[in-house]
Amino acid sequence: MPTNSDSSTPRGESWVWFTGLGLIVGLAMVVGLLSLVLVNGITVFWAPPVPVVKLDDGKGIIGQLAQRRIRPGTPANAPRYERQYQVGLRELNGNSYLWVDEAKINAEEFPTDVLGLERVENGPAFVRPITLKKSDGKVLAIADADFEAALQSEVASARLIREKLVEINRHQVGEVNADMESARIVLRRAVDLHQETKAVQQREVIAKLEARYAVLQAEGRKVSEGGAVATLAVQDAAGRSVTVPLTQVIRAWFPNRLDTPGRLQLFFSRLNEFIFDEPREANTEGGLMPAIFGTLVMTVFMSLMVTPFGVVTAIYLREYAQQGPLLRIVRISVNNLAGVPSIVFGVFGLGFFVYVLGGTIDQLFFADQLKYNNNSPVFGTGGMLWCSLTLALMTLPVVIVATEEALASVPRGMREASLATGASKWQTIRDILLPASAPGILTGVILAMARGAGEVAPLMLVGVVKLAPTLPLDGSAPFLHLDRKFMHLGFHVYDLGFQSPDSDAARPMVFATTLLLIVLVVCLNIGAIWIRNRLRARFKGASF
Amino acid sequence: MSQIMNPPSASRIKVRPSSEREGRKDYISIRDYGFWYGQKKALDAISLDIPERQVVAFIGPSGCGKSTLLRNLNRMNDLVDDVRHEGDITIGGRSIYDAGLEVISLRRRVGMVFQKSNPFPKSIFENVVYALRVVGVRDRSVLDEACETSLRKAALWDEVKDRLDDSALGLSGGQMQRLCIARAIANRPEILLMDEPCSALDPIATGKIEELIHELKDQFTIVIVTHSMQQAARVSDRTAFFYLGKQIEYDTTEKIFMNPSQAQTEAYISGRFG
Ligand SMILES: Nc1ncnc2c1ncn2[C@@H]1O[C@H](COP(=O)(O)OP(=O)(O)O)[C@@H](O)[C@H]1O
Ligand SMILES: [Mg+2]
Repeated sequence: MPTNSDSSTPRGESWVWFTGLGLIVGLAMVVGLLSLVLVNGITVFWAPPVPVVKLDDGKGIIGQLAQRRIRPGTPANAPRYERQYQVGLRELNGNSYLWVDEAKINAEEFPTDVLGLERVENGPAFVRPITLKKSDGKVLAIADADFEAALQSEVASARLIREKLVEINRHQVGEVNADMESARIVLRRAVDLHQETKAVQQREVIAKLEARYAVLQAEGRKVSEGGAVATLAVQDAAGRSVTVPLTQVIRAWFPNRLDTPGRLQLFFSRLNEFIFDEPREANTEGGLMPAIFGTLVMTVFMSLMVTPFGVVTAIYLREYAQQGPLLRIVRISVNNLAGVPSIVFGVFGLGFFVYVLGGTIDQLFFADQLKYNNNSPVFGTGGMLWCSLTLALMTLPVVIVATEEALASVPRGMREASLATGASKWQTIRDILLPASAPGILTGVILAMARGAGEVAPLMLVGVVKLAPTLPLDGSAPFLHLDRKFMHLGFHVYDLGFQSPDSDAARPMVFATTLLLIVLVVCLNIGAIWIRNRLRARFKGASF
Repeated sequence: MSQIMNPPSASRIKVRPSSEREGRKDYISIRDYGFWYGQKKALDAISLDIPERQVVAFIGPSGCGKSTLLRNLNRMNDLVDDVRHEGDITIGGRSIYDAGLEVISLRRRVGMVFQKSNPFPKSIFENVVYALRVVGVRDRSVLDEACETSLRKAALWDEVKDRLDDSALGLSGGQMQRLCIARAIANRPEILLMDEPCSALDPIATGKIEELIHELKDQFTIVIVTHSMQQAARVSDRTAFFYLGKQIEYDTTEKIFMNPSQAQTEAYISGRFG
């Protein structure tokens, strides 16, 4: 194309560069942040080769390289580096991570017998196996050809046992406990009201439940003790040996033997666990299903509540209210609501939703529960419902402003055409204005959703907890328990990053969780944008 | 065609003889009517009678108040803040400002077609039957029938009968305007107000709409605002000429164009100002 020197083209104007610079700086920050999260979040699941590192002093370590940095205090022109290795075996080392001065590293080898273990307790371990005692009593040495196959099949069968235990301990015992709880409440009530026959009945029910509890416990013991458990004898770089029962092992892999498909398989298996499993080890390991579910349901509920409120308010402000100074003040107040720190909404949510509203609901509908269950509240404590409402309140201005703008941008001709055919104001709003402004309203909802999904501070006050492994969704009515406390990805990031005893061990999970939260918000937004585009398609070719 | 494109001149304009149809001579009656937008007086001392089932054209230079007067006939100007009127307008003997008369029912009797065609972003069918939906008609056969008759009257039926469920926004400009006419007459109003309905259309579409006005005046009383003198001459029975918010002359179209009694009218018609 020939260069165009027409003065109406923006080329060559200094303001173009200036405004473009703003875009570049903004984009650079966004791209930088996203790629940081993406790279760190994804590599968590990747299993690189693991070296045996020989040090100057004759000692050695087996560990996965975690990071490399300039040693603090070394001169800038001759920097010395140090490396952090994840060695695992917390029960021996007290810490999973070790810093090593790079200058002191003598040699790095990658022997094929290095084994990585992910364990139920005490975190991971990087070791060299010695022998495997199979559940049938046979012992295999590491040199045996079928050692790896035998190890993997023992790990798989140990997994079945573990899952059975979890099923018994958590779910069945949990159900019995819940039934027992409610039976005790009924009993206390019956005793209090002198309903003798009912009390007797309840005592029988409780006795039956206690018997069932005992049976379950015995069953659990039988599963955990019954059948010889396979064990693995391993040693660390210093030659200290440890015996690991395989029921403790979630995953075992030989990092220096894996080929790329093997590594990919391991990667996806870990990713899968991360997304679909429950958390372990004070949330630093395992999966995030409860937090994903909690965030998702809470955000969707928030959107469902903020949209009608915001739209109705905006309709009143724009279409019905007398335009004047009072309305201007209301508008300014609504806009300023968006600038109130979110923690203030949390405090308000706690004071109003939880204590006033929830307390009143408990007084009215759960009086028995309160009286006979040590005053433990049902709705009068933090829960998903109150979280959604608090965030709905917080994001209300976004939806109101977006809706007002959408209503204002409906062409005047359409409004007049409707009124001129004899439609009432409400009919015009319902049939013409709202459908025409639906895309704009949805833009507001998208913004509200993005803001709500990433919010943490207010939620800590009104219902998010560190650990709530069971989903607020189960088989007992009303199926979705909005009164329950729940886990949230944003809070999870905070909890892992700042509340965890071993912050080195938690760091990878912080990145992975952040990445997951971002992906979740993006998915929600894509969903909303898809709906909006479908709505927009109906207005295609409009020539107002 | 060239006649339409050329600047107007009184001698070249052909005038249709006004047909004698029976009906009330003062069906719409405007008496000493004045109207203010805030402090600005847009209409001053307007008095004219519009006979039933005739076409009356409002002409005059831009900003003289034609649209204002037209939009007051169905009280569309109520939507504007801070307006005020004096005098009275009656339709069929009853004041449109009668406290007992609801604006909505007035607008159901007085249909309106706007300068800019403004179809709803709905299907062609839904556009036409909107006025019926608004009054709660659910019966599909009634809606279908109303849709067909209105589209036929608006001379659009043959062009759209196979795509009634398509979006109205896919029509051409002329078709959209005829759709707006169909929508305005679907609930059988008595009066049809048209504010420069052809100003955005090409000559062929304009011709179609003018044809339509001839057809429609058997059933409706039509008030049309137009910028084109030829159009006023072609379609109307009576013409009112306004200037700066005042009614300068109101008479049969023949008289206005052939032998205006006011010098200002004569000057405007012959294109010496405007
Ligand atoms: N909504 C309004 N608010 C204030 N003034 C208006 C409004 N509409 C029209 N006017 C004024 O009223 C006068 C008449 O306008 P209008 O009836 O639109 O003229 P015409 O249709 O003859 O061109 C003009 O001076 C115009 O500026
Ligand atoms: Mg006008």
